[in-house]
Amino acid sequence: MTGNPALRRLGLLTPALATIALLIGLPLILLIWISLLQKGGSSGVDWNAAPSLGNYIRLAWEEDFDGTMILNTSYLVILLRSVLQAALTTGLSLLFGLPVALWMAGLSRGQRDLMLLLITIPFWTNLLVRNYAWLIILREDGWLAQAVGSVSPIGPIPLLYNDLAVAIGLTYSFLPFMILPLYTVFEKFDWRLLEAAHDLGASRSRALRRVLIPIAMPGIAAGSLLVFIPCLGAFVTPALLGGGKTLMLGNIIQMQFGASRNWPFGAALAVVLLALMLIVMVAMAIWRNRRVR
Amino acid sequence: MTDSSAVSIRSVSKGFGRGTAAVRVLENVSVEIGQREFFTLLGPSGCGKTTLLRLIAGFETADQGSISIDGQDVTQAPPFRRPVNTVFQNYALFPHMTVEQNVGFALVEQQMPADRIRARVGEALEMVRMQSFARRRPAELSGGQQQRVALARALAPRPRVLLLDEPLSALDLKLRKEMQIELKLLQAEAGITFLFVTHDQEEALTLSDRVAVMQGGRILQMGPPRDIYEAPTHRFVADFIGDINLIEAEALPDNAVRLPGGTQMSLPHKARGRITLAIRPERARILAPEAGQLQAQVIHTAYLGTALVHKLALADGGTFLLRQSDLDGPQPAIGSQVGLGLPAEALRVLAQ
Amino acid sequence: MNIRRFPLTREISLLVLVYLYVPVVVLVGYSFNANRTATVWSHASLDWYGRILANPTIQSAAKNSLVLALCAATAATVIALLAALATSRAFPGRGGVEAVLNTPLILPEIVVAVATLMLFVALGVQLGLGAMILAHTAFCIPFAYLPIRARLEGMNQSFGEAAQDLYANRFRCFRRVTLPLLWPGIMAGFTLAFVTSLDDFLTSFFLSGPGTTTLPVYIFSSIKAGITPEINAISTVMLVISVLLVSLSFFLGRLRR
Repeated sequence: MTGNPALRRLGLLTPALATIALLIGLPLILLIWISLLQKGGSSGVDWNAAPSLGNYIRLAWEEDFDGTMILNTSYLVILLRSVLQAALTTGLSLLFGLPVALWMAGLSRGQRDLMLLLITIPFWTNLLVRNYAWLIILREDGWLAQAVGSVSPIGPIPLLYNDLAVAIGLTYSFLPFMILPLYTVFEKFDWRLLEAAHDLGASRSRALRRVLIPIAMPGIAAGSLLVFIPCLGAFVTPALLGGGKTLMLGNIIQMQFGASRNWPFGAALAVVLLALMLIVMVAMAIWRNRRVR
Repeated sequence: MTDSSAVSIRSVSKGFGRGTAAVRVLENVSVEIGQREFFTLLGPSGCGKTTLLRLIAGFETADQGSISIDGQDVTQAPPFRRPVNTVFQNYALFPHMTVEQNVGFALVEQQMPADRIRARVGEALEMVRMQSFARRRPAELSGGQQQRVALARALAPRPRVLLLDEPLSALDLKLRKEMQIELKLLQAEAGITFLFVTHDQEEALTLSDRVAVMQGGRILQMGPPRDIYEAPTHRFVADFIGDINLIEAEALPDNAVRLPGGTQMSLPHKARGRITLAIRPERARILAPEAGQLQAQVIHTAYLGTALVHKLALADGGTFLLRQSDLDGPQPAIGSQVGLGLPAEALRVLAQ
Repeated sequence: MNIRRFPLTREISLLVLVYLYVPVVVLVGYSFNANRTATVWSHASLDWYGRILANPTIQSAAKNSLVLALCAATAATVIALLAALATSRAFPGRGGVEAVLNTPLILPEIVVAVATLMLFVALGVQLGLGAMILAHTAFCIPFAYLPIRARLEGMNQSFGEAAQDLYANRFRCFRRVTLPLLWPGIMAGFTLAFVTSLDDFLTSFFLSGPGTTTLPVYIFSSIKAGITPEINAISTVMLVISVLLVSLSFFLGRLRR
């Protein structure tokens, strides 16, 4: 009746682990394999091609007519833009998220719960719909564009289809990811530490910089990771608010599976995205370990 | 003897963890607990008393040895096949059930008909005077009330043995005293064996027919409260229960000992070599200087209402506590020299 | 001086709330606009809601979305419940198991989506509702798992011991004590998984076959074709459903018993 606990545990875990292995793990392995193949055939992949790094080389170089390799920066620019856009969004989220989390921690219990709900609700509503809402607001014939146009000395300024529109949309999409971990830190914060800092002669801003922020560092790191990573792979926001000129990694990956129909190259781009993500996470882990020591 | 025991524990050992992290929690423990006995396991936290209780309840399995309840071997039986019930330290009342449903829980498991369950639940609630709270949920009860419900729940299936895991530790002092009396009455009424676990020595002495003092996974001494208090056999037992004075002495031939300061006296016990003598503070007497067995100086006196407690400095540097219950008698001034009278029959020789 | 109050944080917080909610209000407002041009206001009307109710494409997309969310959330909740029961007690490797269960939260969705697309094509799995249910089940697991796990965490281990002490065997103990106590967590997990699947666009975008679009996929392709007041209305409906379900889950998670 008691049974072997290890066996029982294995039985309970098998469905979950098998599902993740078959529907997340296996596809990722296949993705890496396909990224080494060539396009072709009816399914988009030449399964008989010899594995090579050709798709990765194509990211930066292309073959000239005479067979020499020349630098092609178009993909590198998109890669760089994705990273910068993600960094900008992370910075903006921190800039606005930190004061919000700080303010929330000082509220009464009931108000805090309400704020928590208000911050969480957008996070759970449809990402597509939320970005679409910004599309309406920023449109050329929208009221915001007209209002800006009427006060601007240089006439109407296009609000949509540029990097700023994408930054607004991305920050809008992922700001809760920054606020929630920061709030968790501040909620547990021992406010007597701040009293001690004041008692020892630190002004309001000095105490903030020397006590509160350093203690909140793990929350800042967690929040930054949670904003940066989904931004890197964003597809919906640049597709809706960015137009054709401000493509990000997600968009060119999608193109290889749509119009261009070059699955192996798309797979290689996806692997690059994964690698970038991994680098950021490893860097963060190293930083955290060093901090602990 | 073994067949009539309510609980019989034979050479039980138990460890947790593996390899270098392994900890032995119980070392070769044997106990026989009689029918309708109020038996207490007493010891500091980590002494193994709770583990022993959990082994009897069936939440843990012994590495070695055997456990039987009412002559039935239950060493390998799961908790739901043992005729014992537990009152948990935090009560563990099911929060999604009413008081009534909690008390009837085991009866439903035993597939008792509904009308008999109702009657039995009513009886159990009456026993703890909680009838009027039958429809409440645990969250709506005070700590003391939850305690009563937990008792009723464990008593309702009429177990052979009731296991109580520090059940009073979450209550405040006044409530604890009340519940102690109630527990004693309840045991008489239910007529079953109570196995009680506590770290509170006063509680153990007040409630129990017999007490087992545990330390480091072993039972050091077992017996009626009076024996444990008056005739401790171990230094740990003497120290753990009440106040005690320890005197290092040297045993001489013919039952004699030499005390620090050189005085010799005879003991009713046999002893050899360097020994430790123990005497309770209320058993020593204050005498005139140079009289008695030891010389000391009064350094502090505390008034406790029913007695005076003197703290004395011995000539060899040790301290000595002396409890004087005769408040009208002569009181030594602080700083004065006195002699201490140690009646031979009040001295115990301790094992280390 | 209140030690917990910092200057300007209040103002910035209110600004952020405005930032978070103005687009939603604008969207909902325009959905009641009678004018054909999506962004020019004339007067209030429910015309566009009538239109989406009558639109057969939207009807079938809505049906697909509901069937998909229901199947994926149910499967994910059952799988997550079993896993949570296993991980509620410490064992060597528990951290690793939990990390694996949460991988769908960390991985960029577009990567998993295209990888799954290629796997299904390579294995000859037909794209469409079945393929979407499989993929959604996988990424819904952590959303169902976390609330159930949190509920188990808060649950006293002695409840299980008490039930066994009172003659309930493992199965009876699960049915009479663990399951009822866990129920709000299970419902919260199911609701979150349901919302996650219902709102998902990317995975469905890659895996939907001909004739099996979901609502988000329909909305995306409509936006690409040109903004219409119909999109405002259908988007508002999706928003309202999400908000209601998430509030429900929030409430369930706070339920004490």
